Amino acid sequence: MQSKFLDVFLESLNKFGNLYGPTYKNKVLSYDRLANISDLVLTDEHPMIPIKKLFHPMKFTMLHFNEMGFTPDYSTIEKRVILGVHPCEIHSLLILDSVFMREPMDPYYAQLRQNSAIIGFSCLPTENSLCFSTDTDIVEEGFDLFFVNLGEYFLVWVGSSLGHDMIYEREEFFDKNVTHDDIQEYVEWRQKKNKMFKKSFEFDSMPDIMELSYESEIWEEFAKICLSCGQCSMVCPTCNCYSVTDVFDVTNEQIGRRDRNWDSCMYVDYSLVAGGHNFRASRGNRLKLWYGHKLKTFGKDYGRPGCVGCGRCVDSCPVDINVLTISEALTTKEVPEK
Amino acid sequence: MTLIETVENPFKPKAARIVRHYDLIKDHRFFQIRHIDMAKAMSFSYNPGQFIMLSIPGVGECPFSISSTPSRPGILELGVRRVGKLTESLFQKRDNEVVYIRGPYGNGFKLDKMVDKDLIIVAGGLGVIPLRSILYYALDNRDQFKRVFFLYGARTPNEFLFKTEFFQLKNRKDIECLYTVDKSDAEWPHATGVVTKLFKNLPEIDPSETTAVVVGPPVMYKFVIDEFLKLKIPKNLIQLSLERRMKCGIGKCGHCAIEHLYTCMDGPVFTYWDTLHFRELI
Repeated sequence: MQSKFLDVFLESLNKFGNLYGPTYKNKVLSYDRLANISDLVLTDEHPMIPIKKLFHPMKFTMLHFNEMGFTPDYSTIEKRVILGVHPCEIHSLLILDSVFMREPMDPYYAQLRQNSAIIGFSCLPTENSLCFSTDTDIVEEGFDLFFVNLGEYFLVWVGSSLGHDMIYEREEFFDKNVTHDDIQEYVEWRQKKNKMFKKSFEFDSMPDIMELSYESEIWEEFAKICLSCGQCSMVCPTCNCYSVTDVFDVTNEQIGRRDRNWDSCMYVDYSLVAGGHNFRASRGNRLKLWYGHKLKTFGKDYGRPGCVGCGRCVDSCPVDINVLTISEALTTKEVPEK
Repeated sequence: MTLIETVENPFKPKAARIVRHYDLIKDHRFFQIRHIDMAKAMSFSYNPGQFIMLSIPGVGECPFSISSTPSRPGILELGVRRVGKLTESLFQKRDNEVVYIRGPYGNGFKLDKMVDKDLIIVAGGLGVIPLRSILYYALDNRDQFKRVFFLYGARTPNEFLFKTEFFQLKNRKDIECLYTVDKSDAEWPHATGVVTKLFKNLPEIDPSETTAVVVGPPVMYKFVIDEFLKLKIPKNLIQLSLERRMKCGIGKCGHCAIEHLYTCMDGPVFTYWDTLHFRELI
């Protein structure tokens, strides 16, 4: 598809649902509802908060209750078309699927997922991109359409029946013939992209290194500087932990709601049980759990570790604890100087 | 919105009535509850060792071990210690009042590995609450098990749970019950000392024909497991049940993670062999 058709085509997708995508909100790039297609920001930068927020909202009401019992609240669910989704974000959704769509399915996540189309967009590595290391720089599934930006035109991959319908709506924009030159250009784009990564880490050997380093004093070094602020969990696309809170309506002691909100295993009370026993009172143990999930194993049946190499923990952590510094320290046995 | 309202929402708890309650000891109460929907009450099937999530609207939701046995269907029994916000609120409830439950969750004890063998049940303190389920299950299906030994230790006679029930069990010929308290008083008719001291009273055990279960406070596991190992019971035939913070019960909220396992889905019952691979299990 020629680049000049992009906006018209993307706008036409509102037929399939409300348009969402990265947009500036108080100068912060954020996934949000797009009032106009001109609000969409297609850039190599990631939104600060990952796409999980559209499927596993930061805070929402799961159930309402009254004297009669509990009733589910599905008001967050609507038909959506989410534009401008980078490969690592698509990978993160596939990982979250394995948690939330596993039986018994989470009906909130599942319905948000089933009612949302994913229109992926290629990106080029930024300062802290690690997706080449984590093998999440390319997507093969998890999108309805995927646009690779080759300058003059986009190479558009069709990933689902819905994606096919979308193309079919505006057939005139698309050229079905892929020439040798197009292929050559795509190959060159990939080669150029692969050379642009500034940072890398040994993702593939991390599960073994993590296993062998459980007793390493390195964890204590990091524990000394960790603030337990939980920012890493908020910005990590595959952190899915949440807490649940009941709230009464202001005027009533019978009626209220049960809310779900993001939680982090970095918080001290994360593993605290009634009676006061805390299974993970030490910061070092909480760091081990977090990095275990990202770099070693993520659920018995979930396959790969959780890190998708987006680099947000590298961008965000105020004391430089991230997948890079952790993997480097465990490999070299030296905590990197700030 | 057009929604799949017919979708079963696993987070939606169902109404249950408190049919009876009484105090076991100070701050520890026994509850019998039953789904208000009679069909649901009768069809609610579970394994010994599983748990439910119990809700009180506006207060919250917490996991509780099921203390009754599935061999006596219809009514669920819980043993609850008053220890936090939810249990405080539960203690205010009277008979015939409504609470909300969902479940059962977790794996439960691996019954298929336990049948046709001797069974040693070791309980410490509140650990007897979930073990009461497998204890009565074994007694209700007595022909499925060979010898049954029940070892239970509490801190003091006043902290010994289900005293009347368990003292009566002593009269049965088809189970050997050994009770102890750390600190006894003049009236205490049984042993004094920690629960591991009871092992010397066990008759000869054939380790290849024996399985063991243990539930108790975290500090107790190591010592009891050492005793099992002295008896040469295989590590994969020693089962223990673990407690963790939980918000969902179905492997979504993350709180009960032990490395890559979820206590709510992969547990709460683990074998000692499982625990050897996990350094933060107990």
